[in-house]
Amino acid sequence: MPEFFKQKKLLAVFATMALLAAGFIWVLLSSGPLAKIKIVVTEVQEQRLEPALFGIGTVAARYNYRIASNNIGRATTLNVDVGDKVEAGEILGIIDVVDLDEKINAQAALVERNKAQLNEAQTRLDYTGKQAERYRKLLPSRSVSEELDASKQHEWILARSQMRSATSELVRAQAEHLALLALREDRYLRAPVSGLIIARHIDQGATVLAGQTVFELIDPQQLWIDVRFDQAGSMRLAEQQPAQIILRSQELQAHSGYVARLEWLADAVTEERRAKVMFTQQPTPAPSIGELAEVTVQLPQLASTPVIANAAIMRQAGTLGVWLLDDQQPVFQPVRIGRSDLAGNVQILSGLSAGQQVVLYSSKPLTSNSRVKRVKQLVDTP
Amino acid sequence: MISLAGRDILHAWGKFVFTGVGLGLLIGVTLTMAGVYRGMVDDAQVLLDNSAADLWVVQKDTLGPYAEPSNLPDDTWRAVANIPGVATASNVTYLTMQVSSASGETRALVTGIANSGPGSSGWPLRLLAGRQVSKNHYEAVADIASGFKLGDSIQIRRNRYLIVGLTKRMVSSSGDPMIFIPLLDAQQAQFLKSNDAIAQNRRRISQNPIFNNPRSPEVLEAVMDLQESNTQVNAVLVQLKAQAEPKQVAEDMRRWLRLQVYDREQMEQILVGKLIATSARQILMFLVILAVVSAAIVAFIIYTLTMGKIREIAVLKLIGTHNKSIISMIIQQALALGIIGFMVGKIAATVWAPFFPKYVLLITQDTITGLLAVLGMCVIASFVAIYAALRVNPADAVGG
Repeated sequence: MPEFFKQKKLLAVFATMALLAAGFIWVLLSSGPLAKIKIVVTEVQEQRLEPALFGIGTVAARYNYRIASNNIGRATTLNVDVGDKVEAGEILGIIDVVDLDEKINAQAALVERNKAQLNEAQTRLDYTGKQAERYRKLLPSRSVSEELDASKQHEWILARSQMRSATSELVRAQAEHLALLALREDRYLRAPVSGLIIARHIDQGATVLAGQTVFELIDPQQLWIDVRFDQAGSMRLAEQQPAQIILRSQELQAHSGYVARLEWLADAVTEERRAKVMFTQQPTPAPSIGELAEVTVQLPQLASTPVIANAAIMRQAGTLGVWLLDDQQPVFQPVRIGRSDLAGNVQILSGLSAGQQVVLYSSKPLTSNSRVKRVKQLVDTP
Repeated sequence: MISLAGRDILHAWGKFVFTGVGLGLLIGVTLTMAGVYRGMVDDAQVLLDNSAADLWVVQKDTLGPYAEPSNLPDDTWRAVANIPGVATASNVTYLTMQVSSASGETRALVTGIANSGPGSSGWPLRLLAGRQVSKNHYEAVADIASGFKLGDSIQIRRNRYLIVGLTKRMVSSSGDPMIFIPLLDAQQAQFLKSNDAIAQNRRRISQNPIFNNPRSPEVLEAVMDLQESNTQVNAVLVQLKAQAEPKQVAEDMRRWLRLQVYDREQMEQILVGKLIATSARQILMFLVILAVVSAAIVAFIIYTLTMGKIREIAVLKLIGTHNKSIISMIIQQALALGIIGFMVGKIAATVWAPFFPKYVLLITQDTITGLLAVLGMCVIASFVAIYAALRVNPADAVGG
């Protein structure tokens, strides 16, 4: 009996000690300097990169008409408001210049007066013309003196000048009358094109200064995105390249478009390049002007080169490179990198060739003496 | 020759093991406390390592960018890059803020990184999954401690960012996980006011007739734009050429650019010596007290164990056992207890360390120091017990 107990006790002792030792060895091997560094390895691919350029911009109208008054006046009638659709030539409002009608009446009276003056001058011309002719005929028979004849000729010349002066005066008065009439016609603010009113800056009854914008009108069928791209990497950006547009209000739905214009003026402060991207088919409902949009422009495909994921690129002592796996031992290989795409792939210009195994992820910093263990993934990824 | 200690341990195995486990848990707590202290210091250092910078250029007369706010115009880096000896210079912004996602909120250090490609200073050093940021807007790489997953969408101020990569041990000096976003977005996030504040500001400006003159409506627009744009960064991170002398380059920058420049050593002094000094000392003080208390408890346990066997020791003396044998029995038992305790403690500390919200760094040097301290303590504690055992009168074995 005691023998049995003794054996059982020995067993318990050994079991406990084995458990403790196993736990301790597990701790030593899973943490600390003896532990292996877990790595995920990837292969260098030979691939043609399809770089893309990502930028943000705002929705803008391609044509924006600011309708202003030419005169100082009062906005007596405003027919339309924001959101109204208008036809080309439609009257949007009337700017009343306070004394314009009275000025027109005065001018009309002036025209009448000038007509009367012209009439008077014409009559005088006719009379002096006949008198001058008659005296000229009488001169050879010595019935009138030469002096009298010269006097009649002089009167006739004066009457012709008066006639010309009266004609010009009438033309001037009529022109001024027309100008005032034109001004009256200009009281009407007309839509230059068919479109949509997006802003009304004043309300009825307000006084408007000459040149002050009253309405803003756009063509809602001609919207585009004013996009800003980082200058770095924008070399191959060109007009007509296809683009994908995501509006902030329609995050889940991408719209297609194309680069309609590449601006010559870049933003020197933000170091960005500007471009206009047009929708291929304008979305409905139309986005609001000024809405934020994300634009991805597809650039031309590049030549085939070795390509790796950007997560593999490290810097060691000032040198850019990757950790190559040489017979299960990591070796640092300096590389020269080229362009990259938005999926995070980077061209390798020198230092690697297709098919080589490089470390993509590692659980700890690697050194050339690190013991490594390959795993499929370091964290659960969805 | 039989091992007295072995025999005795075997005799009261259960009691011995449980004492050892209890002692071990205490040692585990002490080791963890050391880990907490090391983790705290490491957090500060890892922030500097992760910047991959040799020099930090910050606003004049500040301790920025980590210990104090610092602002620089975002074109300063060009002037910095022109100083002889500089290999690369990149802008960076830091902003500690609450970042929210569908799964919850976390406090994070949002870092704006310049569009200079992986391997540049300021960028995450290495990833666990996913990829580095490749768009210059609305993408983010997050530290795994933030709890975000690949594909998560997080909200920073007004915009949403897609988590494209996960990294590890990229934390601020106070242990908050870092989230890396493109510099342009970070600049905007840092200085963006709330929509209400912007709207009210616009209203104030538009009521000022100087800015809102009907004759020139563009003035108002220009003033508004000026109010809402930001061209500041917090620091410029500088990598030096291999042959450059950091002190000399730093001196050149201070002299010609009239900016504050710190090298690695000075930055470490600011972070460890100033920023976390008090809290680290607090933990250190607690660690010292815990170590002293643990040592006292080890001594008590061994003394009590020996005292529990005092009658048996008296018998041993009675039958003429050498003192040497008794001493070696007590010391062996004490050491065995110490070793079991240490192993249990080390296992316990390693097992529970990852569950701490902040980083607990168990370094080998601390483990070895701990082992030596435990064994030393056991030997010292057993001296008291030995003294008591040797003084025992063999007659006590038969007495009451």
